[in-house]
Amino acid sequence: MRVTVHLPGLLRADADGSAHVPLEVDDGTALDGVLDALTARYPGLDRRIRDERGRLRRYVNVFVDEDECRTVGGLAAPLHDGADVRVLPSVAGG
Amino acid sequence: MAYLLVIGTRKGLFTARNEDRREWEVSGPHRLDAADYASMGAVYAVGIDPHSGRVLAGAESSHFGPSVWYSDDLGLSWHEPASAPIAFPEDTDASLVRAWQFAFGDDPGTVYAGVEPHALFRSSDGGMSFELVRALWDHPHRADWYPGAGGGAIHTVLPGILGSGERSPDAMTVAMSTGGVYQTRDGGAGWAPANRGISAVFLPDEEPEYGQCVHKVAAGPNGVLYAQNHHGVYRSEDPAGQGWTAVEKGLPTDFGFAMVAHPRRPETALNFPVVSQEVHLPPDHRLGVYRTDDGGGSWRPFTRGLPQDPYFGIVLRDGACTDGADEPGFYFGTRTGDVYAATDGGEGWHQVAGHLPDVLCVRATEV
Repeated sequence: MRVTVHLPGLLRADADGSAHVPLEVDDGTALDGVLDALTARYPGLDRRIRDERGRLRRYVNVFVDEDECRTVGGLAAPLHDGADVRVLPSVAGG
Repeated sequence: MAYLLVIGTRKGLFTARNEDRREWEVSGPHRLDAADYASMGAVYAVGIDPHSGRVLAGAESSHFGPSVWYSDDLGLSWHEPASAPIAFPEDTDASLVRAWQFAFGDDPGTVYAGVEPHALFRSSDGGMSFELVRALWDHPHRADWYPGAGGGAIHTVLPGILGSGERSPDAMTVAMSTGGVYQTRDGGAGWAPANRGISAVFLPDEEPEYGQCVHKVAAGPNGVLYAQNHHGVYRSEDPAGQGWTAVEKGLPTDFGFAMVAHPRRPETALNFPVVSQEVHLPPDHRLGVYRTDDGGGSWRPFTRGLPQDPYFGIVLRDGACTDGADEPGFYFGTRTGDVYAATDGGEGWHQVAGHLPDVLCVRATEV
């Protein structure tokens, strides 16, 4: 199936400037697998989104379509063909 | 001779440079990353490698986590290693909160990082990558180390040092909050607590083997150690043997965070008193530094040049340092963003910078 990951401006430098990253993944792949595919292509992104335990950073939100992933299973959130995954900085900052 | 002062604040990294330690050119906040998500983060640790001149900064983004940035041009430009330089191995089930301390070994390229959660990392490539010091992580006491209000971290790292007259490349003293002082004599393979005489007012046993909240340990030129504890100021020439002796008599309080030892005179040290664990303000609401020249036997105010009006910013545990020069300069920054230097033989202070964000750490060197 095909999903598209949308990156915030702050993280595009770690993705060769890409704002939108289309990915082909196996049917049934959960959000964690999509992030694995994303960070296999752009390794520098992984530590920004997940810590070394593989957990989402506290102030990084990842939306699957309209749902923040923590409300639909977290990193195990199911995806469907054509899903949009949006990575967004949460309410925190400098 | 030119000098560089690196200042880590709660809102970014600043530097001050000059030729004579009197007229400072302050710059910052420095741009760490192109998108600026880390440039405005807290900088809890800075270090200046005495071998290479590389400057390390432990900074963090509230969104995207902690990392280590480095500068090979004395702070003009900053870079981040391609891979996370400090990362806990998968089997530890831990993740880096932040680096609290950088220290440098006698071997060029050897860098130690004390971090939160309580752990020590070692680099052999100048800070580009670090490896967990396993024996300390696996120490059976670790389950009893718990976070103080600032977080559970190793925040003092003194490579080569065990006490007076005993220096070895296989030795090291570390201190942590909470946990206390630990030492290794075999290159980090084994670690033993060295807290005898240090109090723990927050535990039922007020002098336990370990578990103290030692805010900072500073080493003099012969290895003599001065410690600012969570209530209690101590000196020791032999922590593992004779233990520690209380030396707070003559100070306005026994609480504080920072301690700086003179790099040439073993009997001289600076202390930065704070009212108490409940009141993190300067005693009498006056910015005060105290100095001993007799190994803690007595202390005298060391305040010429400091503000005389009410002042409410304290000095945090890494907010004071010396540049280690032959005629050493001393430096400190406060939580209200003022930075002072004493460079005329230590008798008076002058302001380096004012109105910065709250200062978390300072490090200085001749360049």
